[in-house]
Formats: sequence, structure tokens, C-alpha cells
Amino acid sequence: MRPGQSLCSIVMTQPAPDTPATPALAISGLAKTYASGVVALHAVDLTVARGEIFALLGPNGAGKTTLINAVCGIVTPSGGSAHALGHDTRTDYRSARRLIGLVPQELHTDAFETVLATVSFSRKLFGRSRDDAFIEKLLRDLTLWDKRDAKIMELSGGMKRRVMIAKALSHEPELLFLDEPTAGVDVDLRRDMWEMVRGLRERGVTIVLTTHYIEEAEEMADRVGVIAKGRLIIVEETRTLMKKLGRKTLTLNLAQPLGAIPEALANWNLALAGDGHELVYEFDTQAEATGVPSLLRAMSDLDIGFKDLNTKQSSLEDIFVDLVHESAAEKHP
Amino acid sequence: MNLLGVWAIYRFEMARFGRTFWTSLVVPVITTSLYFIVFGSAIGSRMTEIGGVPYGAFIVPGLILLSMFTESIGNASFGIYMPKWAGTIYEILSAPISPLETVIAYVGAAATKSVIVGLVIFATAHLFVDLPVAHPFAMFAFLILMAVTFCLFGFLIGIWAQSFEQLQVIPLLVVYPLTFLGGAFYSIKMLPPLWQTVTLFNPVVYLISGFRWTFFGKGDVTMAASIGALALFLGLCLAIVIWMFRTGYRLKS
Repeated sequence: MRPGQSLCSIVMTQPAPDTPATPALAISGLAKTYASGVVALHAVDLTVARGEIFALLGPNGAGKTTLINAVCGIVTPSGGSAHALGHDTRTDYRSARRLIGLVPQELHTDAFETVLATVSFSRKLFGRSRDDAFIEKLLRDLTLWDKRDAKIMELSGGMKRRVMIAKALSHEPELLFLDEPTAGVDVDLRRDMWEMVRGLRERGVTIVLTTHYIEEAEEMADRVGVIAKGRLIIVEETRTLMKKLGRKTLTLNLAQPLGAIPEALANWNLALAGDGHELVYEFDTQAEATGVPSLLRAMSDLDIGFKDLNTKQSSLEDIFVDLVHESAAEKHP
Repeated sequence: MNLLGVWAIYRFEMARFGRTFWTSLVVPVITTSLYFIVFGSAIGSRMTEIGGVPYGAFIVPGLILLSMFTESIGNASFGIYMPKWAGTIYEILSAPISPLETVIAYVGAAATKSVIVGLVIFATAHLFVDLPVAHPFAMFAFLILMAVTFCLFGFLIGIWAQSFEQLQVIPLLVVYPLTFLGGAFYSIKMLPPLWQTVTLFNPVVYLISGFRWTFFGKGDVTMAASIGALALFLGLCLAIVIWMFRTGYRLKS
């Protein structure tokens, strides 16, 4: 403690004592079987901490949207429960829903309404009293202010997406669901969206987003959950997941094309590509020995020369494809 | 209670009517005028009085009821069908608002418009016939209750309908026959005895009779039967609508 610094100022910098340890979202055994008999969710458990950005990753039809809709009240769950900031989303839905914002995947908008009217409507619908200053700031942040008096049907798809986000944020939610926020969105809006998500996180808003753009999860999320066929297969910190399952590929551009992989190199997991001009070696970065130096030595002994080489870290996308296939293989051995 | 939310939906619906304000008022006025010209002047001049009431005045309650029935079902069913069709219903379903509050907001707005339409027709009728009103307060109360009941009925059709065609079918197949056969333009006492009995199963008979009583002090059935039928119809519609929201029938999966 520096001389002259009062004890009070130190106490003040401590985290607020009333911050409850209650998670932003606690889902337990949440299941959904549609009337058609399709099981969209098999008893999913998931906890998302406050202030976290959580990405739900999965192919189309995996159950991402059903999971979000079951929490938000759009789908009636067949079983299990969900709590948003400690409030049961079914028995105490008023308190829960006041704190939840939802941006659905589809652009559902009222064609004839103006931007300002529809965003103000959403705020009141969620029981918040009128706040012109807040709505103006929100619309400015989303570069919608100039379009505030335009009818929604006159807007481009990207602008409509912004309107949907503005509606979801109009009542200052603490837990925001973004269902495929960047599907069919241009680079500009995607960048703005990521900017916005970071800004919201700084304000302590918890964000659950679904995506099948892996780069989005990689870029944004603190943790990633992979969902396939209605089951959460894995929930892991993004970095850990990358490390754990990260694979690298080494590609060697050969000086002379090879017809087949030489016997002497059979110990390595090699493949030929580009009509024999490229030798591809896939290895695990977490293995004790990657096998790269020994491969290069062996090649040198065989007098196989190469002009260039590059290595590539596998993206979450590859990881994700592996995971989904593994879980499918477990089910149908 | 989320009063702000209820008010927001009510205002939203009223704004929607506002956009079609003139057409929605001009249409009933023209329709009513046409009925007066055809029934009141052309045919009415050859009709005797019914129960001491001139025929032109006699048909006014039936005309108001017919227009309100059509308007109510049209507005209330469209009001909830559109968000379902356009997908914007997601916001209502995810909002901190109860089923009852949602119904109050949508049906309240549609009923407001129906009452306005009813009053406009009432005013238009004065241009054509002398129209005494025996029980003005009862008449206004009946007007409002009928508007609410018809709008609830329209609202449940809007939830039930899965296509624009289904939205149209009920007014055409149910409302017009029931209203025309329910004594909108005649007294059921003019029917042969067998048909009089059959007609008593038509709920619209009780509504028209009760509404006519508030004008002329007499109806085809007793006022108690009319009030009972109205209460029953209203209660039934309300119960079905609440059940639809509770179970998510055709609203959520």
C-alpha cells in the first residue's frame, strides 16, 4: 500500500461483494422430443458462468437452435430445467426472460414498422420503461440511427440483422443468445458484430452464440461446446480444445515427383498429393516426438529433395468434423 | 403484471389498424348503406312492421352485429396469424408476458376497433331511419361484450389457422350462415314452428335478440337467455384461448 493511499480506495477496487456466484445459465437434463418423434435434445447439461462467451458448435440439425429456444420459451422442453441468472425459465419465467435477449437465426421482422418503432416496442414488451437516450445510443452503436425512420422492409439483409440485434438488446439483457449471428452476413457486419460482442462482455453481459463458422468460435469464445445429434459431446475451453485435439500437417513440395511412398518412409503417416509433387505428413503436436526431424533425415538419406515446406495447424473445423464423426462411429460401430 | 408489455402490443395493433384506418371505416359504412338501400328501401317498403318496429329500424341491430362479427374475426385472427406467419411471434413468446396478458393486449385492440366500427354503423343508420334506443347503457355494454367475444373467437381462429385459406374459411362457412339464419334480418317468430326450434341451437340468435332488446325493449328470446348465451360464448372462447397458450397449441413446438 502506497503512503497516502487510503484503505477506502483499496476496498473500493475489490470486486463488488454482491456479485453472486450464480451462473448466468444453468441447464440440467434439458430434453426435447418433437411431436413428430424427432429427438432434438437428449438431456443436455450445461453451465455458463457470468461474463463468459460460450460458443455452441454443431452442424445443421444438431439441436443448437432447439436448445436456445427451449431456454427462451419458444419451444416447450420435454424434460429438465434451465435457470437464467438463478431464475427458473419455466416457473419464474418473468424474472428470467427480463434478463434474456434473443437474436434468432431467421430475419423475422415486421415489414411495415420503422426501425425506431420496432426497437422501442421490444423494450416495452420486456417491461422496461421508455428510455430515448439509451435507444439512441443503441441505434448509433449499431449504425442504425440514420435509418431510424426507415421501414424495415426497405433495409438490406445486413441492416435487418442489426435491427434484430438492437431489438434483443433494447431491454438491456444480462444474458444474450445469438443464434447463428453471422450466417449470410458480410465482412463489415461480421467485424462489427465481433466488436459488439467484445463490448458487451466488457459490460459483463454473458453471451451464448451458436455457429457453424468455426473461426467465429475460435476468435470469440472463452469456451466451446460441440453439439451433434442432440448431445453435447464436449465442453472445453477453446484453447484447451485446440491444444488437446490440435493436429498439424507438414506439406513438402518435392523437387522431383514421387510415384509412390518409398518403403523406408512407411513408418510415418504420409500421403502423396498434387500428382506426387507434394508429400503430406500429418502429426500430433501433443505427441512426445512429432517425427518431423527423423522424417527429414530419412528423406535426406533417400536423396528426396524438396523446394519448399509449410506446416498448418488444424482449425477447430477439422477438430469438430473429427468429433462428430467419432460420436457417429460410437453409435454405429 | 407486465403492463408496459400489454400496452406495447395494444399500441402496436392499434397502429396497424391506423394504417388502414380509412378503408376499414369506409367499407362498413358502404356495406351498411347498401343493406339499407336494398332491405330498407327496396324490400322494406313492402314489409310490414315487425312487432311494432318499422322494418328499416328492425334490421339495424342485426346489421351492426354482422359487421362487427366480420370485422372482429378478420382483425383478431389476422393480428395473431401474421406474427405466426412472419415468424415475429418469437419475440412475444420469449417476452416476460403471460398468456392472459397477451390475449388482453391483442383482443383488447381488436375489440376497440370493432366497437368503433359498430358505433360508425350505428351513426350511419341514423341517416336512413329513425332509431330509438330504449336502453342506451345496456346497448353500449352489449356492444362491447359482443366485440370482445367475437374478437376472442377470431383470435382462436388465428391461432388455429395454418394457412391464409383457413383464415378465410371460418368467416365464410360459419359466420355468414349463422348470422343470416340467426334472425339478423327477420324475427325468428316468422319461421315455421319446427325451424324456430332448430334455430334456437344457433348462438347468434341469442346475441341478436339481446342486442335488439336494448334498442326496442323486446326480443325473440328472454334477456336472461341472451346474457347467459353471451357469457357462455365468451367464457368458452376465453377458456380455449388460454388453453392454446398454456399448451402452446400451434404457437410453439
